[in-house]
Amino acid sequence: MRKPANEREIIACRTAQFFQDGNIVNLGIGMPTQCLDFLPDGVDVWVDTENGAIGLAGAPGENDEFPVDVVDAGGRPSLLRTGGCCFDSFTSFGYIRGGHVDITVLGAYEVDAEGSLANWMIPGKAAAGMGGAMDLVCGSKIVIVMSTHCDKKGNPKIVQKTEMPLTGYKVVNYIVTELAVIHITDEGPVLEEIAPTTTVEEVVAKTGAKLIIPETVKTMSF
Amino acid sequence: MAKSKVVSVAEAMKHCYDGMTIMLPGFVNCGVSPTLIDGLIEAGIKDLNVISNNTSVKGKGIGKLVHENRIKHITCSHIGSNTETCEKAVAGEIDITFVPQGSLAEKVRAGGAGIGGILTPTGVHTPMQEGKQLLEWDEEQGKYIFVEPDDPQKGARYILERPLHADVCFVHAYKADKMGNVVYHRTARNFNQVFATAADFVIVEAEHIVEVGELDPDEIMTPGALVDLVVQAEKEE
Repeated sequence: MRKPANEREIIACRTAQFFQDGNIVNLGIGMPTQCLDFLPDGVDVWVDTENGAIGLAGAPGENDEFPVDVVDAGGRPSLLRTGGCCFDSFTSFGYIRGGHVDITVLGAYEVDAEGSLANWMIPGKAAAGMGGAMDLVCGSKIVIVMSTHCDKKGNPKIVQKTEMPLTGYKVVNYIVTELAVIHITDEGPVLEEIAPTTTVEEVVAKTGAKLIIPETVKTMSF
Repeated sequence: MAKSKVVSVAEAMKHCYDGMTIMLPGFVNCGVSPTLIDGLIEAGIKDLNVISNNTSVKGKGIGKLVHENRIKHITCSHIGSNTETCEKAVAGEIDITFVPQGSLAEKVRAGGAGIGGILTPTGVHTPMQEGKQLLEWDEEQGKYIFVEPDDPQKGARYILERPLHADVCFVHAYKADKMGNVVYHRTARNFNQVFATAADFVIVEAEHIVEVGELDPDEIMTPGALVDLVVQAEKEE
């Protein structure tokens, strides 16, 4: 496995460390799919796509046969690995809602201390729709938000109580950023790990939620 | 011998009309029915009330109906793959009702299966619960009770979602026999299978039309009993 080379890759690489061999994972469009570049040694996962397949294997390369009628959750052509399967939309969402997806990884506008997630609608702006996100966060065994710690203006994306329209209420288990790993527990958000380049003080200063700081906070290792 | 349901696109369009509610399965532009959609445009049919997951991409599939201003209202989960739909939604030219993708599939399943509604946890405490009835399981009373959004939550809470039904559904098949038995291909199956159960009139466009008896009974995904007409699909440009 290669080492992460920038902040986005740090987020993807640390998130991938949650994956266990044989997991069914659903990866949101964009940054979450980068996790596959950083699978830990000996870990093989099966990629679920909510439009109806398990076993997606990424975009076709130059030498691959063009995959007719296999698309990912963004509608882009994708390869299907040996052992992969396809099914209809209500079977797909039946197992998503029914708790058969091990891990869902997706982005956030805001996530709060209770694990409530806002990632589909900004008040006052036109929304593109939630797609399958509301079902995924409500049914998956583990929900991981991967995101930059702050937005482009430097405002914390991890807040005490989000006022934005929700995607899911109390659904997030872990938040992974370029600075920290935060575990949402019944007691509140626990700062479990920080990046090698930061300090607990910096993470606290850049977080809008009141973090629980354990006696030892581990450092991310890659 | 079973009567053939195979007709021309023009013949199939005689069953479509202005203002109808139409289910258009597909995911982005995979598993959409471009041949039948071209037929709708050709026939000048308008004021459509569309039920779909999204609206393809700009200028293709359902995107053509958007471009030609044939759609009055869409019930869907996402429009982000088609910039033109987003623009028309902002301009107020198309009315959109968002439904979470899994709830959409399940509402249509209910509509096709004669079920009065579904209880789903998806969307509880989100804008999706607005204007809908909420039910919570009360362990002490051993029954569901209706609750208000701001009531403190004590048990598992669900949104009561009503079934969806349509006048017409367009289905995209990989193979269909002349009786309308359908086989889908890979992820092009998506919403086709469930939408085909919930419309009064189902028209299939098939990439390959085969003789009755050529499909193995076990490979048929949508029974021909649900299908009214079959047309030959053309390759989308």
